[in-house]
Amino acid sequence: MSKTVNQKAWWLVLPVFVMVAFNALIPLMTVVNYSVQESFGNNEFFWSGTVWFQQLLADDQIHESLLRQIVFTSIVLAIQVPLGLSIALCMPKKGPWVSVCLVLMALPLLVPWNVVGSMWNIMALPDIGLLGKGINALGIPFNYTRQPMAAWFTVILMDVWHWTSLVVLLCYAGLVSIPDAYYQAAKVDGAKPWAVFRYIQLPKLKHVLTIAILLRFMDSFMIYTEVIVLTGGGPGSTTKFLSIDLVQKALGGFDLGPAAALSIVYFLIILLMSWLFYTLMMRNEAN
Amino acid sequence: MAKITLRNLRHSYYANPKSDDDFALKKVNLDWQDGGAYALLGPSGCGKTTLLNLISGLLVPSEGEILFDGADVSRLSPEKRNIAQVFQFPVIYDTMTVYDNLAFPLRNRGVPEPEIDRRVREIGEMLDLTKTLKNRAANLTADGKQKISLGRGLVRSDVNVIMFDEPLTVIDPHLKWQLRSKLKELHQRIRRTMIYVTHDQTEALTFADQVVVMNNGQVVQSGTPIELFEKPRHTFVGHFIGSPGMNLLPVEVKGGKAFFAGHEVATGNAGQYKGKDSGLELGVRPEFVSFATSGIPVEVTKVADAGRFRIVETRAGDRLIKLIVPEGADVPQGSAHLAFDRDHTQVYAGGWMVGAEP
Repeated sequence: MSKTVNQKAWWLVLPVFVMVAFNALIPLMTVVNYSVQESFGNNEFFWSGTVWFQQLLADDQIHESLLRQIVFTSIVLAIQVPLGLSIALCMPKKGPWVSVCLVLMALPLLVPWNVVGSMWNIMALPDIGLLGKGINALGIPFNYTRQPMAAWFTVILMDVWHWTSLVVLLCYAGLVSIPDAYYQAAKVDGAKPWAVFRYIQLPKLKHVLTIAILLRFMDSFMIYTEVIVLTGGGPGSTTKFLSIDLVQKALGGFDLGPAAALSIVYFLIILLMSWLFYTLMMRNEAN
Repeated sequence: MAKITLRNLRHSYYANPKSDDDFALKKVNLDWQDGGAYALLGPSGCGKTTLLNLISGLLVPSEGEILFDGADVSRLSPEKRNIAQVFQFPVIYDTMTVYDNLAFPLRNRGVPEPEIDRRVREIGEMLDLTKTLKNRAANLTADGKQKISLGRGLVRSDVNVIMFDEPLTVIDPHLKWQLRSKLKELHQRIRRTMIYVTHDQTEALTFADQVVVMNNGQVVQSGTPIELFEKPRHTFVGHFIGSPGMNLLPVEVKGGKAFFAGHEVATGNAGQYKGKDSGLELGVRPEFVSFATSGIPVEVTKVADAGRFRIVETRAGDRLIKLIVPEGADVPQGSAHLAFDRDHTQVYAGGWMVGAEP
């Protein structure tokens, strides 16, 4: 039997291809283009090879913001994943409270990012904000516009408030999809609650947890809006993450070349880390 | 090992059941001997899984008691009742090996490792799992997984009863009979009480010594496969068990004699009928109907060959009567007469066999 060859179908793929080209491929290629050229304005470009990349690798400022980015993402993941999982485990599985809990959980996700930043900015103000004033009232000096630790604390608290819900919702969806028979079998087998968690819930949640960690990794590694509204990267540059650095380079300094090079490195880091995560989490699947 | 007694057991999923219809399981009284093989048979939604979950302790009964060896266990947890259950879909612990899966119930109960090892190997051998003991359980096929579920029940030497909730649902047809005969073999070997829930009559009748037929939350008959076949206590049993099911014909009873379409029919129980209501039915299985020189006049309408026998459809007026004719016997064309076997022809009033109402 020979297959019918009909190449006309390619025309149907064309719209999607055009869309992807215009919103992903072409911009990305422009960035690649900038990263190997030098411009002095007037739309004139000169070939500069790998100069920007070499400069980037030697730039202490970028090393620092990358390090801050990694620390931030690690802390955020270390808090949000266990916390989200615990909250999901505590949520009711049936009854009228299910919808109440789900709506409450979804609320932070619906708030626009710059509003989240403004909210926490005001809330953490040491003189009028509920949080800032409250902490000061406890006798702990707290001023996120001056103390790096206070700024980090506020940024992390804000991100936990904003994004733990995502982990909760994903885990909850995973939990309710575990058939009752598993819990019944565990009861019959005399399994204690810890064993039920360790041998039933955790393995069954593996896939949603992988997705949750991946999403949270990518989003927190690219965090920009909330931080820029809350602290603007300060005090000093203590909360200046990679994305803030990038925007300052590209828009503040119009250093198109270095900014493009940083973008590409940034993109590659996220791509590499996501691939690593995914491969590690899925490794056991193969055996 | 235990004798199981159900006493006035009733269950409703509503908090405040009002009418009898609110009960998923209507009043049940049953006695099951230690070491027997029992089946709960009935269509989907008849309450058989409810009954099973009540016995295993996954549900607490609304009313009545469950006794294991005379001791009330109605409110004990499944763990305390010391039962094992195999579910419709194989439940295995994905991250563990087959060995660890089998050892799990023993480890949870703090059994010493050497004893666990001995039991697991023994059960593994019994279920033909020896070769796969070190493999990850998640990689097994559905029947292998179901064997593990069963194995987790068998490793505990002291379980009171092993329960099966339609365990062959997801098993490939050609493996079903293998697993079924394995079960039967295991039962003969270990003589532990087993309760098997199914809607498949073949599974129930081949597995169990005693079959409990349920319909609409009610136990309609409990008996050996032969009893269910020869003397269905309810018309439901008549058509649910047997293929094709029992013929049911409108009948009148006058002076202790049964009449179908004006012809007298000899029955085993028409004499016991005292009432006067209409809506009586005559039940006779196709196996107990035969062609005769005189009797009920019918027209032969269809003959279906089923291998070792033929299923003949005939019409008496507007009534369909099926009969089974052995291989090689003649089937008359057109008009014929039918005779019913007296001992296997019963009169039913309101669905129940006259003389054997609940």
